[in-house]
Amino acid sequence: MAALPQHTAARPQLAATLAHPAVQWFLLLLAGLGLPFLVYPVLAMEMLCFALFASAFNLLMGYAGLLSFGHAAFFGTGAYLFGYASKMLAFGPLASLACGTLAAAALGVVFGSIAIRRQGIYFAMVTLALAQIVYFALVQAPFTGGEDGMQGIPRGMVFGMFDLQGEQTVLGQTAPWCLYLLVLVLCLAGHALIARLLASPTGLALRAVQDHEARARSLGLQADRIKFWVFVTSAALAGLAGAMKALVLGLASLTDAAWNMSGEVVLMTLIGGVGTLLGPAVGAFFLRYLHHALAGLGGWVTVLIGAIFVICVLLFRRGMVGEWRAWRGAARV
Amino acid sequence: MSDIPLQAVLSQVMLGLNNGAFYALLSLGLAVIYGMLEVVNFAHGALYMMGAFGALIGLEYLEAWTGIPGLRLTFWWALLLVPLVVGAFGVLVEALLLRRIARLEPIYGLLLTFGLALILEGVFANGFSAAGEPYNGKPEALEGVVNLGFMFFPRYRLFSMLVAVLSCVAVWWVIERTRLGAQLRAGTENPAVTSAFGINVPRLRSLTYFLGAALAGLAGVVAAPIYSVGPHMGAELIIVVFAVVVIGGMGSILGAVMTGLALGVLEGLVKVVYPPMANTVVFVIMALVLLWRPAGLFGREA
Amino acid sequence: MKHLNFRIAPVALAVLIACAAATPAQAGPNGIRIGVLTDMSGTYAALAGNGSVVAAQMAIDDFGGKVLGKPITLVSADHQNKPDIGVAKAREWFDTQGVDMVNDLVTSSVAIAVQKLGAEKHRITIVNGAGSTALTNKECSAYGVQYAYDTYSIAKGTATALLKQGLDSWFFLQADYAFGAALQGDAARIVTSLGGKVLGTVKHPFPSSDFSSYLVQAQSSGAKVIGLANAGGDFTNAVKQAREFGIKQTIAGLLVFDSDIKALGLQTAQGMKFTTGYTWELNPETEAFGKRFFARFHAMPTMVHAGVYSSTMHYLEAVKAANTDNPEAVMKKMRDTPVNDFFAKGGRIREDGRFVHDMYLVEVKTPAESKSTWDQLKLLATIPGDQAYQPLAEGQCPLVRK
Repeated sequence: MAALPQHTAARPQLAATLAHPAVQWFLLLLAGLGLPFLVYPVLAMEMLCFALFASAFNLLMGYAGLLSFGHAAFFGTGAYLFGYASKMLAFGPLASLACGTLAAAALGVVFGSIAIRRQGIYFAMVTLALAQIVYFALVQAPFTGGEDGMQGIPRGMVFGMFDLQGEQTVLGQTAPWCLYLLVLVLCLAGHALIARLLASPTGLALRAVQDHEARARSLGLQADRIKFWVFVTSAALAGLAGAMKALVLGLASLTDAAWNMSGEVVLMTLIGGVGTLLGPAVGAFFLRYLHHALAGLGGWVTVLIGAIFVICVLLFRRGMVGEWRAWRGAARV
Repeated sequence: MSDIPLQAVLSQVMLGLNNGAFYALLSLGLAVIYGMLEVVNFAHGALYMMGAFGALIGLEYLEAWTGIPGLRLTFWWALLLVPLVVGAFGVLVEALLLRRIARLEPIYGLLLTFGLALILEGVFANGFSAAGEPYNGKPEALEGVVNLGFMFFPRYRLFSMLVAVLSCVAVWWVIERTRLGAQLRAGTENPAVTSAFGINVPRLRSLTYFLGAALAGLAGVVAAPIYSVGPHMGAELIIVVFAVVVIGGMGSILGAVMTGLALGVLEGLVKVVYPPMANTVVFVIMALVLLWRPAGLFGREA
Repeated sequence: MKHLNFRIAPVALAVLIACAAATPAQAGPNGIRIGVLTDMSGTYAALAGNGSVVAAQMAIDDFGGKVLGKPITLVSADHQNKPDIGVAKAREWFDTQGVDMVNDLVTSSVAIAVQKLGAEKHRITIVNGAGSTALTNKECSAYGVQYAYDTYSIAKGTATALLKQGLDSWFFLQADYAFGAALQGDAARIVTSLGGKVLGTVKHPFPSSDFSSYLVQAQSSGAKVIGLANAGGDFTNAVKQAREFGIKQTIAGLLVFDSDIKALGLQTAQGMKFTTGYTWELNPETEAFGKRFFARFHAMPTMVHAGVYSSTMHYLEAVKAANTDNPEAVMKKMRDTPVNDFFAKGGRIREDGRFVHDMYLVEVKTPAESKSTWDQLKLLATIPGDQAYQPLAEGQCPLVRK
């Protein structure tokens, strides 16, 4: 729509209206509300969780230039700590989500203070090492249930009146709508936070650091400090995503914390578009849907995912959103 | 530790060295590829797996596939031929895929080879039993155990250690002591100047990837009689081998070999003291080493 | 910069609307729909996997493809041994595809999660692949059946038989995860209760490829038996390497499938004793099923495959007898009717969901004894169902009134 030719008087106006951030958010919300009518609602919620996870990861990779190969640690920690708070401590869903997020943030502080001075491959490797240690801790910790995972995590009630477990029928579609709304709002809020952070002076400083670290430093920017807090934010949001996934599925498992998950989130971001605000979400939607649609293919899914990885790196390094934007940019000129 | 007798410690050190020799062989290939091409080769585990499958296919399937009666690769032939085949596959990968992204950041090489590893694993998982198949081609001469005084050690494992050590020495010799090695090193240091001297740099890059891949294939063939040959055998190992290379210093040949052996031994000891930790101790060491010496134990500071 | 990024929003919305218009209505069919949820590409693919799908389809075909005048359909999916994937798939099957019963469920973590979901959604789950006794104890469900085997019965059969031979001191190699712990726990309890001794246990990471270190530890413990509380690739690697190191002690596999023996080869596996719920070599009936299965799948069935067939048949008979697909009524019929087929004689489903049937102690043949590639096992003893399984009184299932 926004790509329409702009030579009539009315259309620029429409384009301008559509380009307004508030309108954009509203449209996204609408799109989000429409999603459960298209795909199975639980899948839709899972997609939203992964969208937030990928966007959190992209905050680091796309805007700080740091490839973390250990983001599963935050995702998994968020999921398990959510489960622990909800199941063992009988906290409500919101308080439990906060627990998961905070735990991941705390872990982010630990990871960040160790890894943040490293760059490129070394950063990836340190985060991988730390994530493997976290994985080990999760296997050994008594409350996680080892490879059986933490099962039967209750969904609970929000504010004592919104039952996240119950299903309602809206416009002919039966779904746990309360839960869906909660997940959608949190996912959008997470994205809004990222957008806001990037537009803030910190975000601008971050870009300056990424563009030319030495120059940014000479201008007095404390590069490591900025990167550190971005790292912690990214970890916290990844934790929130993991906690939401545990809320939706009612279980936390080692899959969430395993290194393959760290690879998966890289792929989502890469497919969608590194360094674009919505790219990772698009990538997450695409990949989750692909997994879902091809579940019957068995082992060939791995081959297909691998092939997508290779093709993306070779031909579409800008990702779906990045390529689309570049194509549109080229079309306009 | 006091309640663990010396004999037990010695046996574990021996077993650790055995595993360490595999780590060394694999990390050597990784280090060569990284050192020369700046590619973090995530597909290394898959190449190792291909090596093992090469041996298995040569022994069990070749006859049926080709329809030529009596066409079987014995272990010794596999030891010779399979690394060449895997190496040739590596050359293809380098020429068709990696060369296209050679100018980009090393991260892209990592991502590309990660995808490649997924493809290879998936293909073999579909073609063969995911749970693994046995390789029954261990040569008669290497059957049985040897009494080392403190333990009985399988003859074949001693042989595998010998192969690993010899390969490591040979690679070191080629790279450090031959004309070809000097060209390789020059090619990485400064491709433009090297090619100005009339040296074919792209061919050198192919050769490097050939060498790294062949080493992984060799490790796979040697591993086949010990472990079940399965599509996931490389994926389980690759992360540890990565850690070995990072600890040793990316691209350092000596570092890769020494760290491989040392970590094998350390892992062996952990298997006695606190076995569940055995797969994780490598990562603890890696985190500590990177804090203390970011470029690894044997690496040059960037 | 910011608004540029968001230009995609209206497009996303438009795409969604377009898709919505194109999506057909989701209407569940009225017939019986059976789902096979299994591992199709991982470690357990050989012992469950596509073979289970084939077994379920065979049962449906043998039943006539129709029940209560409506067609029986089959859906299947790969859960990749990940409980989150498994539970999401099962949820979707229940919610949108009208799946009435889920079968196979290999991998304990997936089985526990899906059985829980089945209880919540009032759908029947039949576990053939997973062995964790938790399924019929703490996690038991009024809608769940554990059919082919469990860790208790296989550990008990093997341990009892070996202790009878005077092999009374044990050392365990245990995969360091919940399933390994359950297997080792069950076996160790049985060993001690029969007067044997457990000299030690070493937990190895899961999965592992090199077992030499643990085997050497087991060897130096002086135990007569090395008990392997692990499965699949871990099990076969451990056995191979025990042979390689010339370990003379008896190796006892606590969870062994025909496919593992195939992977090891008779040369390596010969003489090993273990307990199973089915193997085709038992009698003409089991052989007949084995051969029919082989004709479709080109491999002999494991006890999981046989269990999937037998339990699917039992379920369909119960639907027919109850004259409804109402899960409560069908479950009641399934409990009330004994199973008499090639898989079980007089087998019954208990209140805790345990399907009680005879188990078999078998020994791996020597290469000389084997007459064909799949001729691998010989029967040593039949363990009657009431002795094979954990007594109800010892269980912890809340559904059982004591």
